[in-house]
Amino acid sequence: MNALDITDLTLRAGSFAVQKVSLSVGEGEYFVLMGMTGSGKSLLLKAVCGLTQISAGRIRLHDRDITALEARFRNIGYVPQDGGLFPHLDVLRNIIFPLTVAGQKAAAARRAVEGIVASLGIESLLSRSVAYLSGGERQKVALARALARRPELLVLDEPVCALDEPTRRDTCRELRRVQKEFRVATVHVCHSRDEAALVSDRVGIMCEGRLLDVGTLDDLATGSDHGAVQRLLNWN
Amino acid sequence: MNKPRAEEQLRIVGRRINGLSVLSGGMLVFCLLVVVGLVTADVFYLASKKLPWVDLWQLFTARTVVRAMKLSMVTSLATLALVVVTAIPAGYALSRFRFPGRALVNTLVDVPIFLPPVVVGVSLLAFFGFGLGRGVKLALAGLGVPLVSWIGIVLCQYVMTMSYGIRTVKAAFDAAPKDLEHVAFTLGCSQWQAFWRVSLPLARPGVLAACILVWARGIGVFGPLMVFVGTGPRVQVMPTMMWLELSVGNIEVSLAIALIMLVMAGAGLTAVHFLLRPRSSP
Repeated sequence: MNALDITDLTLRAGSFAVQKVSLSVGEGEYFVLMGMTGSGKSLLLKAVCGLTQISAGRIRLHDRDITALEARFRNIGYVPQDGGLFPHLDVLRNIIFPLTVAGQKAAAARRAVEGIVASLGIESLLSRSVAYLSGGERQKVALARALARRPELLVLDEPVCALDEPTRRDTCRELRRVQKEFRVATVHVCHSRDEAALVSDRVGIMCEGRLLDVGTLDDLATGSDHGAVQRLLNWN
Repeated sequence: MNKPRAEEQLRIVGRRINGLSVLSGGMLVFCLLVVVGLVTADVFYLASKKLPWVDLWQLFTARTVVRAMKLSMVTSLATLALVVVTAIPAGYALSRFRFPGRALVNTLVDVPIFLPPVVVGVSLLAFFGFGLGRGVKLALAGLGVPLVSWIGIVLCQYVMTMSYGIRTVKAAFDAAPKDLEHVAFTLGCSQWQAFWRVSLPLARPGVLAACILVWARGIGVFGPLMVFVGTGPRVQVMPTMMWLELSVGNIEVSLAIALIMLVMAGAGLTAVHFLLRPRSSP
């Protein structure tokens, strides 16, 4: 059983359209979606998360049809580019936010996230204001918050693109390690082949709203028939 | 033109005093002088009358002044509550939702800001003069709550301040990133929870600013009150009482009321600045 199955997904945003995208992500797989800016990657992720309306197609999460489900009932952990941390809450309150929304008391919620916090090594940050976090720390906190609900799928929208090169590499390795530890299927959007090489099991290449090719990075780099795929991978 | 040498460039960058700082600082001092000048003029005028402290105290605590002060406080706070209840959802809707006719609604909301205050009073008279408005007026009178009472005062203050409330709250929600609401949805929030737990706390400084603006505007409303509720003893608030005293030549009483209003405004502003102070600890 796949973690995520997208079938013929079509959606419009102004004059741009994501057209008939079909894609499967296996249980525990780390899938990277690559493409140039404006290729429709982030729009596709938002549709998976239930944050934008789709025109046609189906989305299934562990064989559960979530196409018409509100975002809050999908149980997908979403990390946007800047982490999307709530500036009016400190780090701990950000991390336990989904649990308190679900009705847990703060103390119980804190106990519930202890393992995630320890795994990411962010115990020392818990009482800090999010305004004082570095880019890498922000992403770790955002990841901890996304994992707090034990999501069925983790969706990362360019999570390391604003970081410097060494931090980007460290954060990518950390993402991969945590993803393996929690065994959560992950879709990660990025532009960079290096980034994809650090984390991905498989890669999908998007161009102008279409999913051109899917495979391992090596397979795509050597065997794809699409010029756009070759251009993107060689440009990197 | 010769380029400044490196050390000269450093000096220019490091220099604190330049044309812009002189102009902006000068204008700030000028604005401050206008406020301080007006307040000191009030105080000095009262002092020049050489009223004994006992007389001044009697002036401040006269039954009519205290009643006007109480009515002003009660009505302005009731207006504030009414504006908060209506302007927060309205400002949120204008900021977040796209709907047909949004531009027109956006413009209509601002109309009371541009209307002369007396016109608001006349419009209220017209509204409650016939049709549905007249029915409401008669129904209220039947319940023993005539419009020419604190209800009429709150109505005038509400119409005069509502637009400021909506406009300021909308700007506050505009500044709160919509993307964070989206993140909240994925973390299990309903639309209502995302509003209550994310957007409203983020808009808090703007909402508090709206509150002080509405309260300060409300307590000073005068023109519509003169037209709609008049100056009877039961509906005298501080601005109308000030005008009445002034019209019979009691400039001292009038200035004393002005000073009370200044103190009230100062206390309100200090409270808001306290609430809005940045909380900066890493």
